[in-house]
Amino acid sequence: MQELPEYLSVLKSRFGDRIEEIHAQHDDATAVVKRDAIVEVCAWLRDDEKTLFDLFLDLTAVDYIGRKPRFEVVIHLVSIPFRHRLRLKVRLDEDDPVMPTIIPVYPASNWFERECWDLYGIKFDGHPDLRRMFLQETFVGHPLRKDYPIAKRQPLIELRKSEVRRNDESVEPRPA
Amino acid sequence: MGIDKGEIPGVALTTKLESLLGWGRKYSLFLYPFVTACCGMEYMSVACAHYDIDRFGAGLPRFSPRQSDLLLICGTVSHKIGPVLYRVWEQMADPKWVVAFGACASCGGPYNNYATMQGADVCIPVDVYIPGCPPRPEMVLDGLIKLQAKIQNRQIPG
Repeated sequence: MQELPEYLSVLKSRFGDRIEEIHAQHDDATAVVKRDAIVEVCAWLRDDEKTLFDLFLDLTAVDYIGRKPRFEVVIHLVSIPFRHRLRLKVRLDEDDPVMPTIIPVYPASNWFERECWDLYGIKFDGHPDLRRMFLQETFVGHPLRKDYPIAKRQPLIELRKSEVRRNDESVEPRPA
Repeated sequence: MGIDKGEIPGVALTTKLESLLGWGRKYSLFLYPFVTACCGMEYMSVACAHYDIDRFGAGLPRFSPRQSDLLLICGTVSHKIGPVLYRVWEQMADPKWVVAFGACASCGGPYNNYATMQGADVCIPVDVYIPGCPPRPEMVLDGLIKLQAKIQNRQIPG
């Protein structure tokens, strides 16, 4: 086990039980944060002079189907002054895939949260405009969830022929 | 064709006209590059000086479907852009031809998922398929020559 970087230990001692887990391997510092604490943790990480995580890199999700809790939202942060990287994880239950938006802290997360809603169906409480990011408004479901049927298609126009590929399940064109 | 020898047998005149029209059409293709992905780069390579698609009479891209007669679908066609592609194709005046440029436009390529149409021919009729990811410019020129053969032999309806 790699030695924990200082900012991770500081984070743990600052927030205590609200950080569920910390670890660091291969220079990837990770903290699993409780859902209700995420905004506060982000704000502290951004502003504290020992951490200064001023750059928001990424927000996405992972669907661990069959596990409880099922979803994990993953946030990547970078501190430009310190050259530090940190990964935050928030675990969300299948029945209640909602987490508070972190837009007040990192405005750049706006479209990432929309993408996450679009493809994983995770809601961000307080998001100003939580519409689908990439797929059409009429799309039903969230296709990167592991239980989305892999051969399901939702064409917008009448198709000339079936989209079946060899070895596929049957995929019929939508009736006109 | 025999015209230069002064022989124009009346019986064969219709065929000759078709042949002449086909010859004219196949060397004056105005193409509309429907570029959705990286194959567009390969199209640029074909269009520029090294491979110079103008040598085959298809050197004038028109960025209006109403002015073009060859729809070149370069790249992945997603279900979301399907209606746009269909509309572009409908706006083109007859006679019109469609070339699927690259693996994605031909059959969906490496993508077989919720977002990707499994080839442009799922949505509109395609005349020539050029495989490759992306195709070499030589393959595009070969595809174009095959299309020209098709245009040359086309029957005039009615």
